[in-house]
Amino acid sequence: MGPLWLLALIAGLSFFGFVLGRWKSVVLSGKGRGTLAARPGYYGAYVLIWTAMPALLILVALSIAKPILIEHTVRANLPEQVLANSTQLSLEVSGVEQVAAGLKLVTPEELENIRIGVVSARSVFAQHGLPLGQDVKPYQLTAAGALNLVSDGLDTAVDAAVVAALAFGLIFAFVRVKPRLRARNLVENTVLVLLIAASSVAILTTIGIVLSLLFQALQFFSMVSPVSFYFGTVWDPRFAAAGSTESGQFGFLPLFWGTLYISFFAMVVAVPVGLFSAVYMAEYATSKVRSVAKPLIEILAGIPTIVYGFFALTTVGPLIRDYIAMPLGLGTSGNNVLTAGLVMGIMIIPYVSSLSDDIITAVPRSLRDGSLALGATRSETMRQVILPAALPGVVGAILLAVSRAIGETMIVVLAAGVAARASLNPFEEMTTITVKIVNQLTGDLEFTSPQTLVAFALGITLFVITLGLNVLALTIVRKYREQYE
Amino acid sequence: MTEAASTVPASRLGGAEVRKISKIDIGLKRRYAAERRFRTYGVLAVTIAICFLVALFSSIVSRGYTAFQQTRISMIVDFDPNIIAPDGDRSADAVMSGNAFRFDDLIAASLQKTLELDPNDEDALYDALDLLSKGSAPMLRSMIANDPSLIGTKRNVDFYATGDVDSFIKGSIRADIPESQRLIKDKHIALIEKLENEGALRLAFNTGLFTNGASTRPEMAGVGVALVGSLYMMLVVLVLSLPLGVAGSIYLEEFAPKNRWTDLIEVNINNLAAVPSIVYGLLGLAVFINFAHLPRSASLVGGLVLTLTTLPTIIIATRAALKAVPPSIREAGLGVGASKMQTVFHHVLPLAMPGVLTGTIIGLAHALGETAPLLMIGMKAFVVEYPTTPFDPATALPTQIYMWATEPERAFTERTSAAIIVLLAFLLAMNSLAIILRRAFERRW
Repeated sequence: MGPLWLLALIAGLSFFGFVLGRWKSVVLSGKGRGTLAARPGYYGAYVLIWTAMPALLILVALSIAKPILIEHTVRANLPEQVLANSTQLSLEVSGVEQVAAGLKLVTPEELENIRIGVVSARSVFAQHGLPLGQDVKPYQLTAAGALNLVSDGLDTAVDAAVVAALAFGLIFAFVRVKPRLRARNLVENTVLVLLIAASSVAILTTIGIVLSLLFQALQFFSMVSPVSFYFGTVWDPRFAAAGSTESGQFGFLPLFWGTLYISFFAMVVAVPVGLFSAVYMAEYATSKVRSVAKPLIEILAGIPTIVYGFFALTTVGPLIRDYIAMPLGLGTSGNNVLTAGLVMGIMIIPYVSSLSDDIITAVPRSLRDGSLALGATRSETMRQVILPAALPGVVGAILLAVSRAIGETMIVVLAAGVAARASLNPFEEMTTITVKIVNQLTGDLEFTSPQTLVAFALGITLFVITLGLNVLALTIVRKYREQYE
Repeated sequence: MTEAASTVPASRLGGAEVRKISKIDIGLKRRYAAERRFRTYGVLAVTIAICFLVALFSSIVSRGYTAFQQTRISMIVDFDPNIIAPDGDRSADAVMSGNAFRFDDLIAASLQKTLELDPNDEDALYDALDLLSKGSAPMLRSMIANDPSLIGTKRNVDFYATGDVDSFIKGSIRADIPESQRLIKDKHIALIEKLENEGALRLAFNTGLFTNGASTRPEMAGVGVALVGSLYMMLVVLVLSLPLGVAGSIYLEEFAPKNRWTDLIEVNINNLAAVPSIVYGLLGLAVFINFAHLPRSASLVGGLVLTLTTLPTIIIATRAALKAVPPSIREAGLGVGASKMQTVFHHVLPLAMPGVLTGTIIGLAHALGETAPLLMIGMKAFVVEYPTTPFDPATALPTQIYMWATEPERAFTERTSAAIIVLLAFLLAMNSLAIILRRAFERRW
């Protein structure tokens, strides 16, 4: 049975269990065996939980274990010399998986013919509509046979275990339904556990991000030393040919420079515009103006970044090239740092402005009133009283915006270019960490070559940088809020 | 200066105070100027931000609105049974097999007739064929296969013009530039004018834009398949993130004790909300595809990744909505003997539901526009067929936009803008729905 059928079976039986449990509690109390300790629905839910939960847990656990077990089986059946070549290993494993899929298609006679070598496995598979890239090697056949054996065995085991768990849970809970059973407490405790589990998804996600990135990044660092990665000044990963041992140079610094330079321009646009509009909204704007202008500015935050990317590519880039870069003789490309930075700045304006607005309005009224009462004008109050008081919060807001700029992808993918270069000329093409992650991971993927794995090393670096900025910013903002609450 | 003018009589009167006041007067002028400047900066900043918004929208709309119309060339086609079914078999299978060029012959024949070309002038015929989309013959073929009763009749058929002709008709390829730099040559223009005079060439609403899938020919390309892929993903996101997000927030807001673990979860959620979305893509690639062996480019995987990116948004919105329900509701519930769990699920959650739904819709709108994580999990495929299940290869609207954005043809730029308009229309609709929901159901306590 496929997992969907199993799920349907679980759902059906659980519903049946619910009806049964509810019915039994009603009947028992009707026969005068004592008043119910909970409403009948809770007895139904009690049986439902016992029916569904163990079966679901088993299903999930075995589904997670299955790929691990299968990979283990394949490796155990591969000859030594294949295992020794670690860069080719995952390719071999997927090769064996394909052969295993092919073996499922062939008839027993054909299988016998393949085994004694009368026909080639590749041609037989092709007849069944499964073209292979290479001829099948004998050890692949044995490994694939073992794989199919294990995988079929596992499937049967999953089916049996789930059915057994369903039957056991249903009968066990049904027998236990009695009027004095405190079904509500039991059900509510289970629900509480589920709620806790749901709230832990956030932690699981973080752990998942760190572990998956770290695992692949460490594989990369076993091929390219971290020192040459983080301090290298040349980015030239070469072509990721299958099985090529030649690896290019993976210098992180030009990418980091491009990222910082573009983010710098983005902040040059976003900070003054965002901050001044926040000040205006908080201090000067009438409520009418505010109710129109504020949502308008916030629309900027709701526009998908791919739209900004397209805007940069087709409108801003050519404008800057034709009217600024070419007349000045500084560059000829529509993809340049200034375009990417400018458009990214537009995107970030609302992040700066709405956060700063919150922070400025959070400054206690008394500070403002005191300053105004002493005869200061509103701008003096703003500059000399409110902004200094709000400064930590504003800095936090700006840091959050910087982290967003560093992690932004689609604008730079479309507008910044792909040339990894560290120069000061903002009219040149430069590239960023995120662009290179996208570049290295499109096309054919080979999870053993440094050309692909470098994306994960870049990813974890990006994650650490943005995480650091976020933690710093959130601590500052939180401290600041506490100060005035 | 006023200072000199006013101090002389003042000193004669012997009043030092007057001098002081006059000095302040002068300062005030400067300070008021500074005040006005400051205020102007504010107005300027707001204006600049709004100008950017207007520039963005007008740039997209001015490029894209033309794509909602498309040039069609309608011609009378003679569905000649001797050409279509030479062996007399008129079944759909027979139409779909056999010599593919016989449908080109049909088109050539009706072109020659419509344009009154000399049947022996092959060059003129080829020039005329240049005007029609290269997808015309397959289109005609599947049209006949779907309705074999057409064979033997004469019918008016609307063909697509090529992207270049389309651009020319809409004026984005201009006739006044030198012929050598023009994609549409003079001979083509002559034919186009002839077609126009006969009323065969017209602009019609571009339905293909909403129904077709990816294509290398701009005139045949549409966002239909991508829309379905996006729809599947939104379904997955909704089904997963709404229960998970609501359950998680209920625990954090109503049950969680104040301790380290709760703090850790909260810090985590706030951080996850600010993690770059591309990192989620890497997570999806490593976990869902590389480890769990889920199919690449499937909308299920896209939905899973987007669920993770949306979850923090939904949790934050839901918690705010739960917090807004006044404690008196909870106290009343507990007071009449309900358990904590009953109070929350029977009273607090229903009252918080408008806020939860608003937050969810806004989260979904955000997920709909997300591009970078989808590129990581390979949803950048060339998909022509509609996906029938979430396990099939699919593209999404934003990735379709990304793929078109890098195509050089003018007709693709136009379509990219049109796809963006479609995307923005969806976002606008979702956000308006959220606002309407909030207005209609939000309670002020």
